[in-house]
Amino acid sequence: MTKNPTPIRELFVSGDVACAEGAISAGCRFFAGYPITPATEIAERMSERLPQVGGVYIQMEDELASMNAVLGASWAGVKAMTATSGPGFSLMMENLGLGAMLETPCVLVNIQRAGPSTGLPTLVAQQDMMQARWGSHGDYEIIALSPSSPQEIFDFTILAFDLSEKYRVPVLVMSDEAVGHMSEKVVIPPIPAESLYQRRRPKVAPEKYLPYKPDTDLVPPMAVAGEGYHFHVTGLTHDERGYPVMTAEAQDNLVRRLVDKIRLNSKAIIKYQETQVEDADIVVCAYGITTRIARFAVQMARDEGIRAGLLQLITVWPFAEERIRELSSQAKAFVVPEINYGQIVLEVERCVGGRAETIPVPHMGGDVHSPETILSAIREAAK
Amino acid sequence: MINTLNVEAESIEKYLRLDRLPHIFCSGCGIGPAMGCFLRAIDHAQIDPDKVAVISGIGCSGRVAGYIKLDSFHTTHGRAIPFATGLKLANPELNVVVFSGDGDLIAIGGNHLIHAARRNITMTVICINNFNYGMTGGQVGPTSSLEARTTTTPYGNFEPPFNLPYLVSASGATYVARWTVLHIRQLQKSIAEAMNKPGFSFIEVISPCPVVYGRLNKKPQGLDDMRYYQEKSVIRNDADPKDADIELNGPIVVGKFVDIERPTLGERLNKVVEKAKEKTKV
Repeated sequence: MTKNPTPIRELFVSGDVACAEGAISAGCRFFAGYPITPATEIAERMSERLPQVGGVYIQMEDELASMNAVLGASWAGVKAMTATSGPGFSLMMENLGLGAMLETPCVLVNIQRAGPSTGLPTLVAQQDMMQARWGSHGDYEIIALSPSSPQEIFDFTILAFDLSEKYRVPVLVMSDEAVGHMSEKVVIPPIPAESLYQRRRPKVAPEKYLPYKPDTDLVPPMAVAGEGYHFHVTGLTHDERGYPVMTAEAQDNLVRRLVDKIRLNSKAIIKYQETQVEDADIVVCAYGITTRIARFAVQMARDEGIRAGLLQLITVWPFAEERIRELSSQAKAFVVPEINYGQIVLEVERCVGGRAETIPVPHMGGDVHSPETILSAIREAAK
Repeated sequence: MINTLNVEAESIEKYLRLDRLPHIFCSGCGIGPAMGCFLRAIDHAQIDPDKVAVISGIGCSGRVAGYIKLDSFHTTHGRAIPFATGLKLANPELNVVVFSGDGDLIAIGGNHLIHAARRNITMTVICINNFNYGMTGGQVGPTSSLEARTTTTPYGNFEPPFNLPYLVSASGATYVARWTVLHIRQLQKSIAEAMNKPGFSFIEVISPCPVVYGRLNKKPQGLDDMRYYQEKSVIRNDADPKDADIELNGPIVVGKFVDIERPTLGERLNKVVEKAKEKTKV
């Protein structure tokens, strides 16, 4: 009998802990953060786990510093992450922009709580979904994933690292307090290093290396500090050499590529999961914790003879535009429950383009929807 | 004499991105000479240039990273130190130097500065202090002297400034020096010492800003400030940093004020890793 050196592990843990375990499995070896409810348990778990695997945990003076330290660590060649919630997420926006501009692989987890401002620190919301997309100034594209269970936050954190390394972009795990604080079984499979994506390194000699000369997929290979490349990077608009160039032409070249490297690769990036969508008249489009209540509501509707289906957005950004457009020629209505006053529903409505009805099911936060609330929206749509 | 100068020029040129010259610094500005001291210090301190990382924030001094042909990072306003913290912790082999200005490091980045000093993370911070926000046209800052004229203190500055050596030494820095850009030899030596010293090192470089701060405070030429430094600076190594306040047109105490030993963040972190690994052994 062959001995399996890394057997499958099963844990009964919270989403926050599962997130930290996902990061460790993904090869994350640097965490910088600042305590904040309801994301603190991620930092706590990382402070215990990282030194065990030779990594570094550091608690910074604020979230501005945390995000910067993560970028610095990534430029030293180490997979790095931070985790926060609303108020800290706002502070991180400044250097999320720097991360997008310098094309720095890293992962930022937001365990969402209700706002605005200090809001409801201990209670659930999904109110930062548009901030995730547009929160830092300027034009850029970002990748954001939304898990609905501790298992998914484990899996999606690994996926987040893979995507960030592949596309050289900060990737957001947009979770929420309910997922972060619920405990469920999490299966941790052995993850061989070769199955994880590592950023592409330059293949040319240092004197020929251009830090922002992209490959055909629009992503440039990345050198890291200390290897003799003597590269320069800047948050200013720059050319392929990484040098600042203050012209409309340089701006066009750079921003177009920063956006297009995500948009043109969106087919490979976007993931969603469908349940009973094939014949659905009513498509419930949900993400994060709301997926679970929506799934329940869809089943209740089916029991009443309504042909309802569920589209779970795994990747929220870039948006699953094409799939929703396809479904809009088949479905009569889209029902969009989310724990905010209507954010992602605006995207659904845009993609549906008037071919079907789009019905928001807003919920202000503090707790999750009741299945009945979603069910009555489905019933209304089916009339 | 000419030969000597050529040798000096050559020793700097290999560290410069010559294709980025001319630089943006105004005539009479002190940032260039300070940058020269830094580059010569790398040679003199026999530091492997491949392992040097230069991190700057925003402002005139923040542009320094862009002219240096080493791994160099031009980051966001005030955030050079936390960015450098991530670099250093993730790769302790790097010799990390933050080169930035007083507005960047002391105002918007002030919190990061004191915490880096408290942690005693091994890095060298070179802070050009020209007493104002030069790049945006000469506004008041947390280093501007009382009564100084700036574009936002038309009646004279009414806020007392920070004494930088006092601030960073109280926060825990293990190497603290201050020089003016007139003190080229001493500054270069200090930078070399700091780069070879474990722990948090801070070097304040008093620098002219003739085009804005100088013009508004009766020193419109770079040489006016150099003359002032020559007449009013007093070298007092080991001076108590609390006695190093600078008043408008007053004396400037310069020298190496602090050079002490204290466990570094890296050393303490290594012990944490040992403990954690010990604990997981069955």
